[in-house]
Amino acid sequence: MSISQEGIHCNYLNEMDLVWDRPDTFTDTTLHYCPGCGHSVINRLIMESVQELNIEEKTIGVAPVGCSVFAYHYMFIDMQEAAHGRASAVATGIKRILPDRIVFSYQGDGDLAAIGTAETIHTVNRGENILMLFINNGIYGMTGGQMSPTTLKGSITSTSPDGRDYNQHGYPLDITKIIAQMPGSAYVTRQSVDSANAVRKTKKAMMKSLKYQMDGGRGVCFIEIVSNCPSGWKMTPTESNEWLRNEIFNHYELGDIKQLPKLKTNEI
Amino acid sequence: MTKSSGHIIINIQKCKGCELCIIECPQNGMALSSNINQNGYHYAYLAEDICTGCTNCALICPEAIIKVYRKKKSKILKQPVSTL
Repeated sequence: MSISQEGIHCNYLNEMDLVWDRPDTFTDTTLHYCPGCGHSVINRLIMESVQELNIEEKTIGVAPVGCSVFAYHYMFIDMQEAAHGRASAVATGIKRILPDRIVFSYQGDGDLAAIGTAETIHTVNRGENILMLFINNGIYGMTGGQMSPTTLKGSITSTSPDGRDYNQHGYPLDITKIIAQMPGSAYVTRQSVDSANAVRKTKKAMMKSLKYQMDGGRGVCFIEIVSNCPSGWKMTPTESNEWLRNEIFNHYELGDIKQLPKLKTNEI
Repeated sequence: MTKSSGHIIINIQKCKGCELCIIECPQNGMALSSNINQNGYHYAYLAEDICTGCTNCALICPEAIIKVYRKKKSKILKQPVSTL
C-alpha cells in the first residue's frame, strides 16, 4: 500500500470484483465537452442502458446540432446526423422504414425547443414509437452562450447581459409540459444528472423507455434532462450544480409528468 | 492495516479536474492533485484508503474514467436444515 499523488496503489486488487467500468458501447475517444458538462454523463448513460439491454446491434441514434454534435464519435452504435432541429423528423423516417430497430434522438434546447419546435410537436402529435432525449441547459453553449427559449428570468447570457426580461424577451418555453398534454406521448419525465442519485434515476427512466419501445409500445417516450453548462453560465462545475438545485429546479420541477401506460398482453 | 472494502482506479491523463467526484464522495476520500496531467488539468485522485466501492464517483464522472472495485462478498456456507 503506497500513497502518492497518483492515487493509492492497491496490491490486493485481484481479491476484488470490478463493479463499474466504462461501457463497451461508449468509445475510448476523449470527450470534447467542457469539464463538468452534463452532456458527457447523458451520452454515457444512454450507452450504458443500450448495453445492459443487449440492443447494441439494433439501436440507431440520431445526433443533433449543438454541443453534442459529435455524439456519434462516442456512441459505438449506428448513428445518423440530422440537420439543425430535425433529429426527431429523421428518427421518424428511420423508425418507419426499420420498425424492428430501437430509435432514439438526442437534442439540446436550442435544437429541440427553438429551431425544431415544429418537428418536435408534430413528431409527438403523430405518436411515433421513438425515444426523444431533450437536454435542457437554458443556453446556446456551442455558439457562445446566447439566450435560449428555456432560459429563466434574470439569467445573464451574452444576448441578455442585464438578465432575461419577460417584457422584452418573452417567457421560458416549457416544452415538456406541452408534450405531456398531447395524446401521442406515452411517457414524459423530467430528470437531471447533478448528483449520483439523479444519475441513477435518469438511467432508470432511459431503461424504462427503451424497454417500452422493445416491447412494441405505442407513442413517444420523452425524457427531459435539466443539465448544467459551466462555461456558458460562467461558473465552476460544482457551482453550476448548486445553481441547478437552488434556482433552476424551482422552475423546472423534476419527476414523471406522464406515467407509462401498462401494456396489454396482446400488444407485446 | 485493515483492508478497505473498495478501490478506484482513475485514468488521470484523461481527467479534466471538474471536482464533481470529490464533492460526491460520501467518505470524503478524494482530493485534487497539485500536479497536472498531460492536458494541463489538475486531476482527482484517491487520497485516503477509505473507499467503500459505492460507485458514486464513477456515476457522476463526466469522462467515465473511473473503474470501481469492490471486495468479494464472503460466501456463507448454508448449513443444511435438519429435518425435525
